[in-house]
Amino acid sequence: MSSKEDIIKKYRANIRERYDMPDLSDIKATTYPDPLKQFVKMSEAVGGQVIEVEAGRDVNTLIRELFPEAKEIASNLPEITISTRNPDTIGSAQALNGTDVGIIRGVFGVAENGCIWIPQHMKEKAVCFISENLVIVLPKSEIVNNMHEAYRRINFNDYGYGTFISGPSKTADIAQVLVMGAQAARTVTVLLMP
Amino acid sequence: MSTQHSKAAKEFLKNQTYAKWHDATFWSVRTKRDNMAKGLAEWEQLREKASAIKRHTITHLDEYLEQFSSQAEKNGTIVHWAKDAEEFNEIVYGILKQHDVKKMVKSKSMLTEECEMNPYLEARGIEVVETDLGERIIQLKGQKPSHIVMPAIHLSHDDVGELFEEKGISTEKGNHDPTYLTYRARLSLRNEFLTADAGMTGANFGIASTGDIVVCTNEGNADMSTSCPKLHIAAIGLEKIIPNYDCLAVFQRMLCRAGTGQPTTTYTSHFRKARPTAKEMHIILVDNGRSEWIGHPEHWEILKCIRCGSCMNTCPVYRRSGGYSYSYFIPGPVGINLGMLRDHRKHSGNVSACTLCLSCQTVCPVKIDLGDQIYKWRQQLDDFGTANPEKKLMCKGMSVLYGSPGLYNLATGIAHWANLIPSPIMNCGLNPWAEGHDMFKFPKRPFHEMIKDIEK
Repeated sequence: MSSKEDIIKKYRANIRERYDMPDLSDIKATTYPDPLKQFVKMSEAVGGQVIEVEAGRDVNTLIRELFPEAKEIASNLPEITISTRNPDTIGSAQALNGTDVGIIRGVFGVAENGCIWIPQHMKEKAVCFISENLVIVLPKSEIVNNMHEAYRRINFNDYGYGTFISGPSKTADIAQVLVMGAQAARTVTVLLMP
Repeated sequence: MSTQHSKAAKEFLKNQTYAKWHDATFWSVRTKRDNMAKGLAEWEQLREKASAIKRHTITHLDEYLEQFSSQAEKNGTIVHWAKDAEEFNEIVYGILKQHDVKKMVKSKSMLTEECEMNPYLEARGIEVVETDLGERIIQLKGQKPSHIVMPAIHLSHDDVGELFEEKGISTEKGNHDPTYLTYRARLSLRNEFLTADAGMTGANFGIASTGDIVVCTNEGNADMSTSCPKLHIAAIGLEKIIPNYDCLAVFQRMLCRAGTGQPTTTYTSHFRKARPTAKEMHIILVDNGRSEWIGHPEHWEILKCIRCGSCMNTCPVYRRSGGYSYSYFIPGPVGINLGMLRDHRKHSGNVSACTLCLSCQTVCPVKIDLGDQIYKWRQQLDDFGTANPEKKLMCKGMSVLYGSPGLYNLATGIAHWANLIPSPIMNCGLNPWAEGHDMFKFPKRPFHEMIKDIEK
């Protein structure tokens, strides 16, 4: 008998009483009168920066202004013309190291905690983490209230990976002092698009 | 009469400055948790639901495990089953050997601590690099975690600074600023991520309906560990499987609020299969005792635990004795219970590390009756043969004393004679009631006589 059969058989035999699944439809989840406002507040609270982009404003110019020193910019978004690297064609994830700014697309934001859903949309997902500074382009109309709504909405593509990101990488592992920029992006800027 | 725990705690308390810092630090985490809980009107309802979902899931886990593994395989991952730590380590080593892996980066996993995987692999020539900053620090120091979420909490920034100097991670001597040290660790770990042949993660959740594994981190180290290497191995305890996304939403909302007092972890990452530029993704489902624990009439609900750490943060004994005072690798209320399930003879000393204040079960997001369970373990110590002989003798004495009113009245009437014993004798090391303070004075008249006067 394989370990799988062994384990499942033993577990099944030891269950004493089976309990029913509770009804989850009656959860009175917090909603917000202005989810966008709450999303901005939470994104800033977790250490992110949020910029509302006016209609007609060029994102490329804006990103250049935000990161004047940036040399290596990685993105596969068609509207980004200032990129120097493309995570679809770069050849290896390692080659993305040294990226000053990575620019990726978010599908929707979550008001309660500043999370942004990012299904992998590039060959090398490393760009989401390895970049020193991460810029997430997000339509400002796409904000849900909470994670219950979020998990009813998430979708995957053939890459089979997706992540919620809320602010920059952080740690308090040295003497409980909060430090931004542990192993992944040191800053996160959310561009809210009209 | 001291238990193993209280003896170890005495060591911890020798450094009073640090002990006070430890207590205050965890209390501040508890306070942050409270603020998060108060911030959601539905918090208590979420706890009810979370508890009920877990109760349902772990009593249907045979079905959910089948569903999870068939979904994960459909997604393209390779699923393995390990009945114990030994089989788990063998499977991991087998995969690594097959792919000729020399170095593996890994994100934090208490399961690999449970299975003592790192020494197993290192003995076979594989370099394992921990990438959670706290885990990395204690790995470099040759220590074990003292908390499940904040593993290096027992070290000060000076300790870490000196360690980094010694290991060549930091270059500015005497610079022990946490921001600087974190930056230096980032540079050092970045190199490890880029050159590792494999990445290992644990999992906070496995989703039966979709086959996803979900990993929550603040540092992004699980994502870094799986973004560059060609191979991803995920290690999951059986009880981490939950039915679907509706259930996940409940736990995602609670895990971090309860554990660290944050509204979410920075990253909540879902993995379904290997990256297009990687070779394989493996999932190893580990039993290692869980299939027995579900059959335990009094303690099966421990399997509901989502490892948030909130029971440790709130525990007055944990806060004042530290993780290393416990004999099991998971400390605090949940660790006491898990240790007893693992080996009740070896870990009986921990059950004294509880005041029965029940703060742990008041904060537990999945409503495990942790303190009640510790009480139940205590009742069994005599059967296990691990009851303390001096305490047993005292209990026998007390049952004689309290069982005969005449003897009791006599004893309480003359107890104050003990006050005449000179202090150096009364307050010597042999009297357990005079530890850390002087022996109390017996009143001249017993309480039941005084109360009679008042009632007159």
